Amino acid sequence: MAWACVWLPHLALDGVLRDRADPSRPLVLIAGPAQRRRLVAVNATAAASGLHAGQSLAAAQALLGHFDCVEHDPAAHARWQRLLASVLYRYSSQVSLDFPDSVVFEVAGSLKLFGPWPRFAALLHADLDALGFRHHLVLAPNPCAAWVLAQNYAELALDTPHALTHALAQVPIDRSELPIKVTEALRAMGLRTLKQVFALPRAALVRRFGPDVLAHLDRVRGAAPTPLTWYQPPDRFDERVEFNFDVESNEALWFPLRRLVQDLAAFLTGRDGGVQRFEVLLEHDGRAATSVSIGLLAAEREPRLLFEIAQSRLAQASVPAPVRAMRLRADELPPFVPAGGDLFAPNAAQTLAWPQLRERLRARLGAGQVYTLRVEADHRPERAWQRVERSCAPQPQPQAFSAHASAAHTSASVERSYAPLAEPRGPSRAQLGSTKATPGVAETEARYAFALRTIPPLRPGWLLPRPIPLRSRELRILSGPERIESGWWDGGDVRRDYYVVETAEGQRAWAYRPSGEEGPFMLHGWFA
Amino acid sequence: MGAVLELDAVLRDARVWRGRAGPVSVPGPASQPTGHAPLDAVLPGGGWPPAALSELLLASDGIGELALLWPTLARLTTNHETVALIAPPYLPYPGAWEAAGVVLDRLPVIAVRETREALWAAEQMLRAGCCAAVVCWLNAANDRALRRLAVAAASGRTLGFVLRPATAAANPSPAALRLALDARPARLRVLKCRGGLPPTAPIPLPVPVQH
Repeated sequence: MAWACVWLPHLALDGVLRDRADPSRPLVLIAGPAQRRRLVAVNATAAASGLHAGQSLAAAQALLGHFDCVEHDPAAHARWQRLLASVLYRYSSQVSLDFPDSVVFEVAGSLKLFGPWPRFAALLHADLDALGFRHHLVLAPNPCAAWVLAQNYAELALDTPHALTHALAQVPIDRSELPIKVTEALRAMGLRTLKQVFALPRAALVRRFGPDVLAHLDRVRGAAPTPLTWYQPPDRFDERVEFNFDVESNEALWFPLRRLVQDLAAFLTGRDGGVQRFEVLLEHDGRAATSVSIGLLAAEREPRLLFEIAQSRLAQASVPAPVRAMRLRADELPPFVPAGGDLFAPNAAQTLAWPQLRERLRARLGAGQVYTLRVEADHRPERAWQRVERSCAPQPQPQAFSAHASAAHTSASVERSYAPLAEPRGPSRAQLGSTKATPGVAETEARYAFALRTIPPLRPGWLLPRPIPLRSRELRILSGPERIESGWWDGGDVRRDYYVVETAEGQRAWAYRPSGEEGPFMLHGWFA
Repeated sequence: MGAVLELDAVLRDARVWRGRAGPVSVPGPASQPTGHAPLDAVLPGGGWPPAALSELLLASDGIGELALLWPTLARLTTNHETVALIAPPYLPYPGAWEAAGVVLDRLPVIAVRETREALWAAEQMLRAGCCAAVVCWLNAANDRALRRLAVAAASGRTLGFVLRPATAAANPSPAALRLALDARPARLRVLKCRGGLPPTAPIPLPVPVQH
C-alpha cells in the first residue's frame, strides 16, 4: 500500500485569495467576537508589514494603514477541502478527508497508470497549482504517517518501512499530532523527537497517557491499521462566490466566473463526466436572483470553452440590480465522451474542432441559428424538409462504416420520398410534362425509371420560405405542369401545378398555379 | 538559403506569377477541382485556389451559382468533411441538394440577423480550420472585411467562397479568384485569378441537371 497526503498549510487563506483578481494586495482573515477580533491568517504582503496570525485586529490596524479584511468561514474551509477531494478523486477511488487541512488518498493502485511517482507527483502539483492552493505532498506506506510527515516535509516519498522508521524518528514531538497536553508532558521529560518516544516501554506509556496515545503512535508506525471513511463525490455541482461589494459592471464578473468554471471543469475531470446544462445565478440584495441558463448540444468539460460560452451568454443577459454573489449550479452531469481526433488530420491548421466551434456560434448568434437540414417524406415543398439542431455527422467515424451508413441513409430516404410516385397505372403527370422526347421513348424511359426508382423529381436548389407572386412580364414555361396534390388528411391541403419558368432576367423559377386555374404564378423557388 | 527546391513545386505555387496567357493547369497536391472541366482548364492549379478566398459575383440570385458549387460541396461532404453555409438568401431545398450529391448531415447552415454577424461567423469558421469549405453570402461588405476573411482562410487552410452581388465587381477585392456570373447569356467570366492571367473568353455556365 502507498498513501499520498496533500497537506494544505494555508487552506483558508488560499481559498480566499484565489477568488481575488489581485492576490498581492494585503489581506487578512479575521475571527472572534466583535470586541476581540483576531487575525487568523495573513498573506505574504501583509506579513511583510509585520502582521501575523494571532495578532489583534487593532494592533494590525496600527501597523498597516489599509488592508482587506475577510471573515474566516469554517464552512468554506470544508467546502474547499471537498473541492480538492473531488479533484484528487480522479487519481484514486480511496480519498479521505478525515485528517484536518489535508486530503489523504491511496495511490498504489494508480501508480501503474500515472506513475512512476515523480511523474505522478508532477501531475498532482500541476493540478493543485492550477487551483491556486499551496500544499505539501508526501508519499508514505500508511495514511497516518503520510499525514504526520506532510506537516514536516514539503515533498517526500518513502516506499519502504525502513525509510519510514528513519524519517519518523526525526519528527519533533511538537509536530507529531499528539495532543498538546501529551507533548508538553513529554517535553518536560526531556524528549524532543519521536525516536525517543518510540523507545519508551509501551506499558509505561499506556499507564501514563492512556491507550489513545499509544494507538496514535502505532498507527503512525504502521503497526495498527488506520480506519478511514471514504469520500463520495456528489452528483451535482454547486459553488458560490460572494462579493464584499456591489458589482455593477460585466467586467467585474468575469474573474469570479472564470474561477467557478475552472472549479466545475476540475470537478468534472475528477468524476470523468461532462456538463450539458448549467446555470449561473446572479444574486441581488432584496430581490430574486437572475438566472442565466446555459445549454450545450453535447457534454463538454473544456474550461476555456465553457467559460467562453458562459461569458457570451452572460453578456447578453439583462441584470436588473447590482450583483452581490454569483453561483454556478450543474444538476445533470452526463458522461463525457471526448471527440476522437484523426491521427492523419487532413487539415493541420485546425485550431478548433467543429463541436466546439458550433457551441461558440450558438452562444453568440442564438441557439436556433445553427442547424442542418433533413429530407422529410412529404410531397408538399413546405413540409419536405426539417431543421435539425443536433447533427451527429461531423464527429469522425470509421471510414468504411460511415460511408456505408450514409449510402444506406441516402437510398432509404430517396426510396421513402419518391416511392409513392410509382403508381401501378403508368407514368405520372410530372414525368409526362417534363419529358420532351417522342411519346414512345418517353414512356419507355419513364417505365425504366420507375422500375429502378432512382430518378428524383426536379426540385430547385433554393426554396422561398413562403411563396410570393411572381411579377415578371415575359415568362417562358420551360417545363410543367407537375401536380402536387396532398395533405387532405392533415389540414394542410395543397393542390398545385408546378412549372419551371424562365424570367426576363434569365433566372429559372419554380412557380405554381392552383390546379386548373390560369391565374398569375406564385414563385416558390429558384433553380440556381 | 542553401535549401534545394524542386522547380516544379515552386512553379506550382500560386504566388509565383507566370506571365503567359495560356492556362497553367498543373493540378497540385492540394488542388480543389471545381468539377467543371472547362473552368478547371483555365484556372491556375486546376481548380479553386486552396486555402484562399474565391469570390462569386452574381447578377441576381438563382442563375446557376449552386450548380457551380454543388460538385465541390458534394465531393467534400461525401469525403466526410464539413461544409458550412452562412446566411444563405433562401432555404436550401434538401431534396435538390441531396440529389446533387451533397450529404446534408455535413452541411451546417448558419442563419444570421445582420451582415456583421455573417462576417464574424465566416471569419471564425475559416480560421478554425475544421470545415473544408465555408460558403458565405454577403450583400454589403467592404474591402477590409474581405481582407480579414482572406487572411482567416489562409491561416485556417480552408476554402472560402463569398457570394456577392455583381455591383461589387467594380470594387477591388483581396480574393484570390473572382468570377462573375451573368444570367443572360448564361456565362461565367474570370475577373481575377492569382497565379495566372485571367482568360479573356467567357465560359458557358454549367447548366443544372435536367431530367
